[in-house]
Amino acid sequence: MSCSRRKFLKTAFTGTIAASLPLSAFKILNPAEAHASIGDAKTRWVFLVDVQKCVGCGMCVKACKNENEVPYDLPVTRTWVERYVITKDGKEHIDSPMGGRDGFTSAEIKGEKIKPEDINKAFFLPKLCNQCDNPPCVQVCPVGASFQTLDGVVLVDRTWCIGCGYCIMACPYGVRFFHPKYKVADKCTFCYHRISKGMKTACVDACSFGARQIGNLKDPDDPVTKIIMTERVGVLKDEYGTKPQVYYLGLDEEVR
Amino acid sequence: MKNHAWRPFAVAIVAIALLLLARAKMVPADFGVHGKSFTYNFYRKSDVQDWRNFKVKYKGRKYCQECHSENYDSIMASPHQIIQCENCHGPAIDHPDNPETLTIDTSRGLCLRCHASLPYSLSDRADLPAIDPDTHNPGQDCVECHNPHNPSLEDM
Repeated sequence: MSCSRRKFLKTAFTGTIAASLPLSAFKILNPAEAHASIGDAKTRWVFLVDVQKCVGCGMCVKACKNENEVPYDLPVTRTWVERYVITKDGKEHIDSPMGGRDGFTSAEIKGEKIKPEDINKAFFLPKLCNQCDNPPCVQVCPVGASFQTLDGVVLVDRTWCIGCGYCIMACPYGVRFFHPKYKVADKCTFCYHRISKGMKTACVDACSFGARQIGNLKDPDDPVTKIIMTERVGVLKDEYGTKPQVYYLGLDEEVR
Repeated sequence: MKNHAWRPFAVAIVAIALLLLARAKMVPADFGVHGKSFTYNFYRKSDVQDWRNFKVKYKGRKYCQECHSENYDSIMASPHQIIQCENCHGPAIDHPDNPETLTIDTSRGLCLRCHASLPYSLSDRADLPAIDPDTHNPGQDCVECHNPHNPSLEDM
């Protein structure tokens, strides 16, 4: 066998280059895929919560449950309202009985009566799916039942979900739950059936105080977009890198 | 090839072929990457339409106004104008066909959602007209004295 030094080096060099080229370098993108990858969709649904405006009436939770056929008397809900009361002794008192479905009508928190003069801070905080840009719940779905639509909403395919519950564990915000009737993972859809007809979500409509708003981040004239772009807004658990798209005005560090 | 080697090989080939056939039959044609990446956009495309077709239950106050304009006008003249009809009257769905009548929630609990006194400084709740449910006619329905469409007792 004869192999010159020159030939050996040449072959070794080309071989290394060829081996280091990933297969994807040869993949030809179809135009639709390329289009979507640069984010051409004209809509990106986002949510804005004004914490100060929320009075804890819980009408949003009630409306959501009725609108989306979430079992009314079971402890599952797509959106909920939390109450935060921080007393002068530095203690946090947090509750959300039945997700705040029946509102907050008593100053008693988990059996503890809190006197108004002991309170440092107290407020209500609505929560719902953050429709993350990088949704960890979608990443972990083993069957492709959870996905993100082109306009940014994360949905669950009920015919495809096997109910394994990975996504329920993966969501850092705890917004997913197991639907007792359909036996699949369920979550807030931003009322996809309403927003795609030009309506507002059921919770936004039910909120009498304007604490909840929905908007399109890709429309610069949208009032919600204007607030997000020009005012001090915060998101929940930013450090997780999920890029949540529910923005809060007046968020407090006590909120987890 | 000898027979004893060929037989399991053939069985394996058939099994793989059956598997591929079943897969092609069971996976919907529109299942694939629709969007920016396999990680977030690998799904059955028609499911988006399925979710769009979900039934709307809350129709909004303009729908109510079409027939009940006098009630609409009365609430719009009161401080309760910020409240949607369906918050108290229940979702309209296909009313008046189905359901023919709506069940109005006239309970004390419904009013207390906003009007039970909670002096929380960081919430607009503190600014709402409020009562202490334990001392303000306990057990009685608010609607016995207050008209929700014109709630101020002075104006009645």
